[in-house]
Amino acid sequence: MPVTAIGPYAAQALDSQDRFHGLQLVYLCWEKHLMFCAPFTLPLPPHMLFADFIEQVAKPAIAQHPDAQWVDFAQVQWRLDEQPWTPDPGASLQANGIGHKSLLHMATPGLNGLAGTCN
Amino acid sequence: MAVKKRLNAKEKYRCMTRDLDWEPSYQRHEDIYPHERFEGIKITDWDKWEDPFRLTMDTYWKYQAEKEKKLYAIFDAFSQNNGHTTLSDARYVNALKLFLSGVTPLEYQAYQGFARVGRQFSGAGARVACQMQAIDELRHVQTQIHAMSHYNKHFNGLHDFAHMHDRVWFLSVPKSFFEDARTAGPFEFLTAISFSFEYVLTNLLFVPFMSGAAFNGDMATVTFGFSAQSDEARHMTLGLEVIKFLLEQHEDNVPIIQRWIDKWFWRGYRLLTLVGMMMDYMLPNKVMSWSEAWGVYFEEAGGALFKDLERYGIRPPKYVEEANIGKEHITHQAWSIFYQYSQATNFHTWMPTDEELDWLSEKYPDTFDSLYRPRFEHWRALQEKGERFYNPTLPMLCQICQIPLAFSEPDDPTTLSHRSAEHAGERYHFCSDGCCDIFQYEPEKYIQAWLPVHQILQGNCGGADVESVVRDYYNITPGEDNFEYLGSTEHRRWQDWHPNDKGSTPASPADPDRRQTA
Repeated sequence: MPVTAIGPYAAQALDSQDRFHGLQLVYLCWEKHLMFCAPFTLPLPPHMLFADFIEQVAKPAIAQHPDAQWVDFAQVQWRLDEQPWTPDPGASLQANGIGHKSLLHMATPGLNGLAGTCN
Repeated sequence: MAVKKRLNAKEKYRCMTRDLDWEPSYQRHEDIYPHERFEGIKITDWDKWEDPFRLTMDTYWKYQAEKEKKLYAIFDAFSQNNGHTTLSDARYVNALKLFLSGVTPLEYQAYQGFARVGRQFSGAGARVACQMQAIDELRHVQTQIHAMSHYNKHFNGLHDFAHMHDRVWFLSVPKSFFEDARTAGPFEFLTAISFSFEYVLTNLLFVPFMSGAAFNGDMATVTFGFSAQSDEARHMTLGLEVIKFLLEQHEDNVPIIQRWIDKWFWRGYRLLTLVGMMMDYMLPNKVMSWSEAWGVYFEEAGGALFKDLERYGIRPPKYVEEANIGKEHITHQAWSIFYQYSQATNFHTWMPTDEELDWLSEKYPDTFDSLYRPRFEHWRALQEKGERFYNPTLPMLCQICQIPLAFSEPDDPTTLSHRSAEHAGERYHFCSDGCCDIFQYEPEKYIQAWLPVHQILQGNCGGADVESVVRDYYNITPGEDNFEYLGSTEHRRWQDWHPNDKGSTPASPADPDRRQTA
């Protein structure tokens, strides 16, 4: 049942991509670094290159964490929408299969937060 | 035969309530009560409804007027004696800011909700009970506003609570909770609010705030609490009567009620995260920990209740085990959210003092030192260097509870919990199985959720940067009403009032960069 209602019920999704003025939402979660309380919500152009995403978006977003300086992005283990995934840095977000409201997880084995406490 | 001059209370109640009802003859029953059937609830005999309390309007006015006279006398005395200066600490007032913008508008929503369902039931007894509760709720709105209005003269962030309730990102958590209930059918509304919230969970809302007020010298708010207590007792009785009545009417009601109990337990539990955070982090004089409160008021009291409901075929709410695990974690996770996004709140945040950290270690021996203390000590060290941590990004929100995805997996506290679902080609994200289940049962309802972060990014909240949204759209003055408590105008004012009091606030340099990190 899509909804319990008294009559016909037409609903519109409030967050469809066309409402973001040409951008799409991407969520980014750095695993085992819970000092950042929740994944980030990032509004991005779908044609942004993944390499630019790393340099211009991901790095500044995590910069305040002491582990950030040690992250080797070539070694990061990625998951896209909960599936293991290898990005092509030279391709766009869209060409990499990152859709509107996709969630990226980045794991950095060996870096486990403040003094290894996953913070 | 002598005419009796006075009716006794029972006769008077009957005459003034159920006897005012009549059988319609010009209109069809289902046209007069159109909301009574679409939820699938079957009522075979409204006469089986037992009035949970017998109170007529004239008695009600008389009784409440007397209570109010006393209440307002205490407000006046509190105000004339500058009661705000004898609080435990000015940090306490931040709990009131959370209450006034997060809870008081819910009382108003409760008034609206009960006024609606008080029109929709064809049983006169249920209508009267709901209408009576609607008036109670309206009275609670007014008395809470008056209890806290004194603070508005001396503290920041209390100036526009209703406007903020409608707009500020985290206030969408309580707002959407109640809107979800109010947009459901009348029976779900009662199961959600009367039973799940007022009966099962209310002690976890009122006891912490009212005892918190008592422990921290806030005579105005604690007196409001006493004045509302007898009303709350009536509301709880209604909650229990509703559920028993519905379950006894027809066995087909049982699975529907069970699903509503599952849903509203989980929604209520998520909402109470904010209360738990207040107890553990915002009260300078602590009442008890969230974990202790959950143990006493939910695990013990709720356990007995659900044992009692077993005979109707009702089991304890789904995911109750997750809530019992979560009691060791959620308040620390929530304070982390508010601390790092304090540039966008209507209250101040701070790091616990040494004493408070030790209290947390003692109350949360299995989780605090290993998982949360390191984060707080790191932030405190940054603050002492003048680099107070604020998170400049926007967080990912749960589609249902609208809280940032900050809760951990029940079986792994070092991993954030995340669930997702697709509906009509669109992705949706959730903080938990509980929230995901709610979505999947009625996706068409929740795809319309007004998620504050997404609304900001769509350009629907004024400017594109956080500071202008906070200033112009929320009506929060950056640097006055929000950011770090230490060194805030409010903190300095408190120190001016108490020049000799080193107080419970930790010695730490004021943060000169407060404005620049926005």
